[in-house]
Amino acid sequence: MFQNLPSALLAASPAVPVLAPATGAVATLQALVAEGVDTIFGYPGGAIIPIYDVLYDFKEQLNHVLVRHEQGGIHAAQGYARSSGRVGVVLATSGPGATNLVTGLADALIDSTPLVCITGQVFAHLLGTDAFQETDIINITTPVTKWNYQVTNAEEIPEALAKAFYIARSGRPGPVLVDITKNAQIQTFDAPEYQPCHHIRSYRPAPVVRPEYIEQAAALINNAQRPFILWGQGVVLGSAEQEFREFVEHSGIPAAWTILGVGALPTGHPLNVGMLGMHGNYGPNVLTNECDVLIAIGMRFDDRVTGRLDKYAKQAQVIHLDIDPTEIDKNVKATVPVWGDCKETLPLLTALVEPRQHTAWLARFNDHTEQEVNAVIREELFPTTEELTMGEIMQQLNEITQGEAIIVSDVGQHQMIACRYAQLNHSRSNITSGGLGTMGFALPAAIGAKLGAPDRTVVAVIGDGGFQMTIQELGTIMQTGVDVKIMIFNNQFLGMVRQWQELFHQRRYSFVDIQSPDFVAVAAGYRIAGQRVDARADLRPALERMLAHPGSFLLEVMVTKENNIFPMVPQGCSVAEIRLR
Amino acid sequence: MSTEPVDRQEYNITAYTENQVGLLNRIAIIFSRRKINIESLNVSPSEIEGIHRFNIVIVETEEVVEKLAKQIEKQVEVLKVYYNTNADVIWQEMALYKVPTDVIAEKVLVERLLRENGARAVVIRKDYTVFETTGHREETDSLIKALQPYGLIEFVRSARIAIIKASDGFHHKLKDFERREPSEEVAENEFLNDREQVFTM
Ligand SMILES: Cc1ncc(C[n+]2csc(CCOP(=O)(O)OP(=O)(O)O)c2C)c(N)n1
Repeated sequence: MFQNLPSALLAASPAVPVLAPATGAVATLQALVAEGVDTIFGYPGGAIIPIYDVLYDFKEQLNHVLVRHEQGGIHAAQGYARSSGRVGVVLATSGPGATNLVTGLADALIDSTPLVCITGQVFAHLLGTDAFQETDIINITTPVTKWNYQVTNAEEIPEALAKAFYIARSGRPGPVLVDITKNAQIQTFDAPEYQPCHHIRSYRPAPVVRPEYIEQAAALINNAQRPFILWGQGVVLGSAEQEFREFVEHSGIPAAWTILGVGALPTGHPLNVGMLGMHGNYGPNVLTNECDVLIAIGMRFDDRVTGRLDKYAKQAQVIHLDIDPTEIDKNVKATVPVWGDCKETLPLLTALVEPRQHTAWLARFNDHTEQEVNAVIREELFPTTEELTMGEIMQQLNEITQGEAIIVSDVGQHQMIACRYAQLNHSRSNITSGGLGTMGFALPAAIGAKLGAPDRTVVAVIGDGGFQMTIQELGTIMQTGVDVKIMIFNNQFLGMVRQWQELFHQRRYSFVDIQSPDFVAVAAGYRIAGQRVDARADLRPALERMLAHPGSFLLEVMVTKENNIFPMVPQGCSVAEIRLR
Repeated sequence: MSTEPVDRQEYNITAYTENQVGLLNRIAIIFSRRKINIESLNVSPSEIEGIHRFNIVIVETEEVVEKLAKQIEKQVEVLKVYYNTNADVIWQEMALYKVPTDVIAEKVLVERLLRENGARAVVIRKDYTVFETTGHREETDSLIKALQPYGLIEFVRSARIAIIKASDGFHHKLKDFERREPSEEVAENEFLNDREQVFTM
C-alpha cells in the first residue's frame, strides 16, 4: 500500500496473531468484551438475532439491558457514557430498529458523547433490493455519526469494531455506527486474537500542541485587567478537571460554564460565577461584553451561549482552547487559538500565567449576582406565593443531597431550572441534552447514568411533556430494578414553548396545553413506587421519602402553571441585553 | 436573488483521502448541509497507492472555504485538505464535441478550426466526428461557439482537475505523518472487491 515506509516500521509489525474459528456474531461479542464493555443497551430483531443468540452465552460478561424502544436504548447508552466516562454500547436490528437510533445519534454527536452502535442488516446479497426491514442506515446516519461502516463479511468485524471504539472515544468523542449484515454474523472464519486500534493513518484525534500559542495566550492573560474564563464539556471529556481547577485558582480568574461543562468546578467554588447563555446568570452574560480577555476552554460558542454574534464580546481578545480545530474561529474569531487536549494545554498555560487575584473584577460578578438574587432567584427558590415553584424543588433537593447526586434533566423550563440551581460537587453530575435539546432524553438517560455510576444517587428531572415521550422506559426500570429517582415537574403545559408564546407571540397559547395521565398510577402499573405532591408542606417529606426509598421512585410535583424562566437573553439579542424580568 | 459579496471567488479544494465507500457522501453533505453548490467535483487516484484525491470547486469567500476545508479534514478517512484560488493552481477541464462528419467535411476548414482552438479529433466516423479540447472554461467554450453553426450534436465537459503550484506533493507529507505515528497496514474494504464471494453466501 505504501512503498517508501522506513524499514524500522516494517520490523515493528505485530507478531502473528492467534487464529481461532468463530462466527461473526461471536467475534462481535468478543470484541466488546475485549474493549472492556460491561453493559449493552439493546432491542432484538430479525437482522440481529445471530448476535442475540450468542449474547445468551455471554450473559456473565455482558449485562444486556432490554429497553422498550431503541431511542430509549441510545439515550440510556448516552447516560451511561456521560456518567462513567466510558463508551456506551447499543444493539439494534435493521430497518425500524436502526432508524429509531437517529435522534440519539444526533444528540450524541452534538454533545460529543462516545457511543458504539451496532445494527443488524439484511443479508449482503439483499442489499439494495428493498428487502424486508432493509434501510440504508449508513447513508441515513452519515450526518449524525463521527464515523460509520458497513460490514458485509465476518472477517472485517474485529478490525471494524476496534476502529469504532478508538474513533468513538479518542479526540473529540462521538457516536459511531457499525452495520453488520446477517450473513457476516453467521459466517464462520478464522478469527485472529483481538487487536485494539490505537492509530488510523488518516485520523488525527488531537492536533499538535503549539508552544508559541501557549506563550501568546499567557502573555494576554498576564496583561489582562478583566479576564474571564468560559468553560465547557471539553474539560470533562478531557478528564482535565484537576488541571482546570489549578488554572482557575492560580490565575484567580472568574469562570462561567456552559450547561455541559457544569460540575467540572464545583458550583460552590468562589471563582465559579455561574451559567452562560440564554437562561444563564446575569453577571456572566453582561460581563462577557466587558471583559478584556475571554478564555474559552473546551466550549464551542453555541448560539444559545453567544446570543447575537455580531454583538458578542467584541471588545475582548479571545483565547480559545479546543481539541477540535474546526471549532476554532467557527463562530467567534480567536486572537490566540490553543489547539489541543486541554489536559495537556492547561498545565502548560498555568505554568506561564502569573498568580493573581482579580478582586475588584470578581466583585462586579458578585454585584450582578446580588441583583439577580433580588430580582429572580430569591422568589424562585423561596417563593412567597402559594403555588410551588420548580426552583424551590431544586433548592430542597440540594439541601438533602448536598450536591452529591447526579442530576439528569430533560428539555424545557425544568431543564433550565435544574441546570441553573442544582448544586453539584462533582464532575459528570449534570447529564442533559445540551446541543440538540431532545425531549424524552432524561428517563432513559437516567437509567444509563445509574448503570454507569452505580454508587451515586441519580435524580431525573423531567417535564410532564418530555416524560410522555419516553414513558415506556418505566418498563426497563421495572425489569432491571435499576434505582432512579424520577421527578416530574408538572405545570400542565409544554412550559418552555408556552413561555415563548407568552413573551413573543402575544400569549397565543397554540397547542401547549397538555393533559397527562395519573403518573403515579402509571408508575404503580410498572410496580414503581410514587407520590404526587401539590402542597408545600408535603414537598420536603416527599423528597426525603423518595431519596430514602430502596429502588426507583416517581415523584410528581404540581408546580405553578405559568412561571417563566428568567433571566433570559431573547433570541437575536446580545448577551448584554439579558432580561431580568 | 441576493447580490454576491465581492470577495466570493472560485476556490479549488484538494482533499487527500482513503479510498473508502461512502466517503464521497460524507464530503458532499458538508456542502449540501450549508446549501453550498459544488461547481465541479473530480475524484481520482493520487500518486500514492490507495490514496484518492478530490478536486472540488466552489464559489465562496475565503472565510467559508477555510471552515469547509477544516470540516472535510475532520472526517476520519481524510488525510489532508488544501484550498487555493485559481491563481494558485494549474487547472484543466476537458471537453468533447460531437458533430456530423458530412457537414464538417463539407463546410469547415477543419484544420484551421482545430488549430485555432487547440483541438484534436478523437474519432472520425462516417456519421459523426468527436473533437477534444482541454483548457480553462473560456477555452473549451470557444470551440462550442465555432461548432454550433455546424450542427453540434452533443457536448460534454469534465470536472476540473488542478495541481497546486506551490506544493511539493502529498507523498512527502504522508511519509512525515507515518514517521511520527506509524500505522499498521490497514486494508480498507478489501472484501467489497470480492463481491461474488460475499454476495452468494
Ligand atoms: C423532541 C422534541 N420535540 C419538541 C421540542 C420543543 N420543545 C422544547 S421545550 C418544549 C416543552 C417541554 O415541555 P415539558 O416537557 O412539559 O417541560 P417544561 O418546559 O414545562 O418544563 C418543547 C415542546 C423538543 N425540544 N424536543
